[in-house]
Amino acid sequence: MSLSINDVYKVARLARLGMTEQEAQTAHTQLLNIFSLIAEMQAVDTNGIAPMSHAQDISQRLREDVVTEHNQRELFQAAAPQIKKGLYLVPQVIE
Amino acid sequence: MLNSSLLQLGAALRSKKISSVELTQLYLHRITALNSKLNAYITVNEEMSLVQARAADVQLAQSKTHALTGIPIAQKDIFCAMGWRTTCGSKMLSNFIAPYDAHVIEQFNRVGAVNLGKTNMDEFAMGSSNETSYFGTVKNPWNRNAVPGGSSGGSAAAVSARLCAAATGTDTGGSIRQPAALCGISGLKPTYGVVSRYGMIAFASSLDQAGPMARSAEDLALLLNVMAGFDERDSTSLQRETEDYARDLNKPLNGLRIGLPKEFFAAGLSADVTQAIEASIAEYKKLGASVVDISLPNSRLSIPVYYVLAPAEASSNLSRYDGVRYGYRAPEYTSLADMYEKSRAQGFGEEVKRRIMIGTYVLSHGYYDAYYLQAQKIRRLIAQDFVEAFKRCDVIMGPTTPTTAFNLAEKNDDPVQMYLSDIYTIAVNLAGLPGMSIPAGFGGNGLPVGLQIIGNYFDEARMLNVAHQYQQVTDWHTRTPQHIEV
Repeated sequence: MSLSINDVYKVARLARLGMTEQEAQTAHTQLLNIFSLIAEMQAVDTNGIAPMSHAQDISQRLREDVVTEHNQRELFQAAAPQIKKGLYLVPQVIE
Repeated sequence: MLNSSLLQLGAALRSKKISSVELTQLYLHRITALNSKLNAYITVNEEMSLVQARAADVQLAQSKTHALTGIPIAQKDIFCAMGWRTTCGSKMLSNFIAPYDAHVIEQFNRVGAVNLGKTNMDEFAMGSSNETSYFGTVKNPWNRNAVPGGSSGGSAAAVSARLCAAATGTDTGGSIRQPAALCGISGLKPTYGVVSRYGMIAFASSLDQAGPMARSAEDLALLLNVMAGFDERDSTSLQRETEDYARDLNKPLNGLRIGLPKEFFAAGLSADVTQAIEASIAEYKKLGASVVDISLPNSRLSIPVYYVLAPAEASSNLSRYDGVRYGYRAPEYTSLADMYEKSRAQGFGEEVKRRIMIGTYVLSHGYYDAYYLQAQKIRRLIAQDFVEAFKRCDVIMGPTTPTTAFNLAEKNDDPVQMYLSDIYTIAVNLAGLPGMSIPAGFGGNGLPVGLQIIGNYFDEARMLNVAHQYQQVTDWHTRTPQHIEV
């Protein structure tokens, strides 16, 4: 495991988490500790073992392609930080 | 009234000894008097609770009732309940009023139970001590310098201090069983897929499962009867025949084979917990059970596997909190990306950010096979250990936690030490099996010890039977914290 401080910044950017230099350093130390805990896993021989994502090994259930939700825009937008005329407002992204 | 079972409360309501409004007010008064000491609830809304209580009284008058009609239940603040602030213990959702009901909430509403309030929890259910909540630490009712466990610490403390008749929790790596053990109550995590995750704020979707927290196995059975059931809105909800989880409560335990995994009694388990668990196994032998030595050789890998899978799924689930459609948005920002980064940096607490970082890293380019896929493969090995073990026994027993409740702030600065406190519970989530914890005595410091009972898939009725029979011959589950007036 060779997680560098630059990796910490890179991951923070991927996760869209703003981070100060001091926070990044604390995170670096803690992540190294956690990854040394995780490292035990690497030595296990898992050749031929199928990955498990659900205990019952069920396949995804399908449903009819029909409308199940009706429009509740006003109710749902009541929780929005900023709206205008039924639209969510965000900073301008296109010049 | 406060120490009555749910069946007794239901009988009192139906015979008009007490009304649902009176019962709800009794608990609301206790919450007013005691919540400042324990911090078990994040949100209480007397008016909304009483509206439901009045409706229940109408139903009771018309004899259109269910066992739980009119009974006040505390809901973990991870369940969306329409019109209720639903925070998941986070600043990110501190002003979020849920616009719909979770399936679990619908189920309780359907039978006329009263929502008594939303209980405190670790932020986004990430924690084992309830110390990561944005709304402050919950105190253990048995000793207010000790943690209540987590993440369903508020629910456990509320049941233990009689601030509700019963409560709900969710369990991703032990979040029902561990706080149940540390607060001296009973809690059950069902087989994955038995209770719908619809409207339950997601942490690690392949592991999250809701379940009841209460004073006895009998109460748990009544609650699970309401919570369980197929729901097409959760793609992992299982289509099964409806069952009565209370049907086997009174069966004798003659011939029951109890598997004792040697890994659960190895180094790291404190002497007082060992003693209490051994005493409860002896009690089971008196009830006609026999003991089988078993091994779960891969269970030692459950913590590393969990700390890859759960953060990976969390990093994906929590990407929805971007400050656009709902939730916290930073007050100042210069661009869209800056708005995302600042809103998430300010809205999430330290532990949540830590897990998002772990998850993002293990899912990032070049690391997926080495971490996520490897963890999923070992997950199968861990599950197979249980399949082998259940060929030789009916239930598995052991401690729920390595020690009784630790002190507040004791493990705060060392995430790894905190993670290790879930050593006995995590494997059960990885395998998708049902597990429960029931009170089994007290440790040297006078704090409760929990006995963990792990069942085979869909064997909840048998586990509840096993727990109930123990509770017929012991009184640990009836003990109440000394400092809390009952």
